[in-house]
Amino acid sequence: MAALQLEKQRGRYAALAIAAVVIVVGIPLWWKTTETYRAWLPFSEISELDSLQLQLSVDIEVVFSRGTLTPEQQKKFPLSHVNEKEHQLHHKTEFSCGSVVVYVIPESSTLLPEDVKVYVGQRRTALLRSPPFKTSWNLKEVLSNLDVEVEQVVSTMSFGHQDIVAALSNRVRMTKVTKESMADSMRAIKSSPGYEITFSLLNPDPKSHSLHWDIEGAVQSYIQPLLNKLAPIANFSVDSQILYYAVLGVNPRFDNSVSAYTLSADSLSHVINPVEARLGSNAASSNPVLNFLLYVPDAHHSPLFIRDHSKRKVPSNAFHSPRWGGIMVYNVNEMYGPEAERPVDININMAKVMGVFLAQLRLMLGVQHTHPPTGFVLQSPGSAGLADWELDRLLWSRSVENIATASTTITSLAQLLDQIGNIVINDNIAQQVSSAVTSLQSAVAELEAGNLAFALQYSREAILASERAFFDPSLLHLLYFPDDQKFAIYIPLFLPMCVPIVLSLLKIVSEAKKRRADKQAKSD
Amino acid sequence: MDYYNLLTTCAFIHLLVSIPYAYSNYVENKAGQFFSSGHTNNWAVLVCTSRFWFNYRHVANTLSVYRSVKRLGIPDSHIVLMLADDMACNYRNPKPATVFSHKNMELNVYGDDVEVDYRGYEVTVENFLRVLTGRLPPSTPRSKRLLSDDRSNILIYLTGHGGNGFLKFQDSEEISNMELADAFEQMWQKRRYNELLFIIDTCQGASMYERFYSPNLMALASSQVGEDSLSHQPDLAIGVHLMDKYTFYLLEFLEEVHPASQANMNDLFKVCPQSQCVSTPGHRTDLFQRNPGSVLITDFFGSVRKVEITKDTINLTSSLKPLIQRSGSGDMQIESLTYVDQLPVAEIIHQNAIQGLSYSIMTEGTPVNF
Repeated sequence: MAALQLEKQRGRYAALAIAAVVIVVGIPLWWKTTETYRAWLPFSEISELDSLQLQLSVDIEVVFSRGTLTPEQQKKFPLSHVNEKEHQLHHKTEFSCGSVVVYVIPESSTLLPEDVKVYVGQRRTALLRSPPFKTSWNLKEVLSNLDVEVEQVVSTMSFGHQDIVAALSNRVRMTKVTKESMADSMRAIKSSPGYEITFSLLNPDPKSHSLHWDIEGAVQSYIQPLLNKLAPIANFSVDSQILYYAVLGVNPRFDNSVSAYTLSADSLSHVINPVEARLGSNAASSNPVLNFLLYVPDAHHSPLFIRDHSKRKVPSNAFHSPRWGGIMVYNVNEMYGPEAERPVDININMAKVMGVFLAQLRLMLGVQHTHPPTGFVLQSPGSAGLADWELDRLLWSRSVENIATASTTITSLAQLLDQIGNIVINDNIAQQVSSAVTSLQSAVAELEAGNLAFALQYSREAILASERAFFDPSLLHLLYFPDDQKFAIYIPLFLPMCVPIVLSLLKIVSEAKKRRADKQAKSD
Repeated sequence: MDYYNLLTTCAFIHLLVSIPYAYSNYVENKAGQFFSSGHTNNWAVLVCTSRFWFNYRHVANTLSVYRSVKRLGIPDSHIVLMLADDMACNYRNPKPATVFSHKNMELNVYGDDVEVDYRGYEVTVENFLRVLTGRLPPSTPRSKRLLSDDRSNILIYLTGHGGNGFLKFQDSEEISNMELADAFEQMWQKRRYNELLFIIDTCQGASMYERFYSPNLMALASSQVGEDSLSHQPDLAIGVHLMDKYTFYLLEFLEEVHPASQANMNDLFKVCPQSQCVSTPGHRTDLFQRNPGSVLITDFFGSVRKVEITKDTINLTSSLKPLIQRSGSGDMQIESLTYVDQLPVAEIIHQNAIQGLSYSIMTEGTPVNF
């Protein structure tokens, strides 16, 4: 009897010991080994990014030229504001990126013609004819009188409310959309670290025309200056090709009134698709491609003109498609007579062609048409094809767009990683995320301070890091197990083991209860 | 009489005046419609998930949708075609290099212009999800990527064997509807699509779109939960069923659509009613912003580009830089290029002569002449 009791006691201890081992050692071990490795991410800072408050400041310098202010007013100005410098308007002065200098000239000055109020120069400067003001005003009143005009100038040269809203359209869908602003936002290509520009010459009739185009020279002379100027925004790679026997997918109609073939505006949209099948693209990069096609019509369908919606002739003879590129039709029928020996050697006038392509490239890259208020005159862009302040406009909208995109990417990545607990977060992803967050914070700070160049650089770094983190191949959540599948896996493993333990524990507990009840009964 | 003439001439003049006005209005409306759909490019992801010869019909399904999509204008560079098995060059195909969709071999959907991006065992759940979410390794070529942006309309077509809430890939793995919904949500978070049309032709296909929760999704399925999608007709010469019913009637519908057609989604919903399909096709439009009646078929199946006339040009006055200046610092020595000798005989003889010499030095024997 005593031996039996001892056996039973030993059995009880054994069961308790096993249960203890399972609970104390087994469960933590199982938890640890089935955990997914998740490196630490700065979730708090990311949630701060969600409510992004952007503050953009522009450095404006207002210079009063001699004769604008009466001597009494000049005397009334505090000394610190008076800089009586013989400030000659040097053409070569480099003003820092993002700043605007406004020179105020006297009302009666003859520098500007009568009806012109503002002349916007190429390099971030503007001449403003001062509005009439009383001689008794002090500095503050003079400046506040100029406020409206200066604001107009700055919104033309830097950014206005609409531009920033358009740049943020990725993050904040515009509620009130005007057709023009939507068209603008759809036309410009999205911000990307690099772009590929391809120039193609389409020669459907090599038997009649032997075309020569000096594309390398043209790119070096005309396109490369623009791309060099746009270097802070993205990397550009340019290539070119010649396609023979490539036809447009649409049959042009012969118009008797001008004895030429015409393509109507409605049929233009069907031209691109058959051609696109033949255009190659660089397989090595995933950068967006901008195609510029030069089509020389075959001898039987020359000359070929494009008509717009109101059946008028288009002077440039070219059309473009948003985010894709442009096509120009170049007629060569006037360059040779009917008796010329086929194939005719033809040198293409690259200046004319590049003029059109440059204009289309500007539109594709987002250099918006500025609609300045009345009384404004804009200096022509010059050899680079892009005025400094136009570049500034692009930089402002690009940095805002980059910041918006990067912050959206980071916040959605954090949300995704939070939601799906099974994704492994490697160290390199955590590092990319942290660097993206710090770059974003720096970019926002630089925008606030008004340093546009640094802001753009930080925003580019932020977007690169965030894209790399989001699109990392290791973040694939193939570990999606619905709950019933999890049960189906664990039950055959753990149930046979747990049932004896649980039952023996229950038996121990019930025996202990019975003994206590017996003891109670005995003691009573 | 005169009064009558006057009235008719007045009416005629009025008509003449109002017609151009109405026409310009129409043109304005057309122009407005161009930008109303909000997309600038189209992509298509067409997936066939089953292998083995008896699943010929799934490959034919996918290829017929591929053919329609290409005919309506989407270029190969914008189509990701995933075929899990090669039926055209299968050993059991009595007519090699063809895949037919109609019996009596009426229509060969394989053609000679098919570009398959993922073939055979490359069609896996992982690759499919990687293509959708964009998480491909950096070495993936351009043709295997879905490079869509926030203004792309994407068409996704899946076919194969499926069940309630899953789709079978390659007879060895499955994708669940939750995974698919999560993948679409990730696409939305990264703005990889403007609008997405999801078509699935499997048994119990409607279960696959039940769990979608991202905006701008429209889904069509060939059968409801609990129903089977049936195949259409066998061809006795080839020996297998050629197409599934739903896709067969879808193909017939799409053959009538041309790039300028105005057919809209409501017509697509009517494709293959129960009398023809035996199963009940379903669709889901609650996540879609626009009214399906205003969505053109070509918004997803075709690729109608928006074009604008280039109005401004830049006057370039500087002439091209002459060639000499452009070569940069230092003249480039242009050497004439020749082919490398395939068998460098001279080197072999020279080398062996040296070896022979050293050998003869070491062994003091007669040198061997080669």
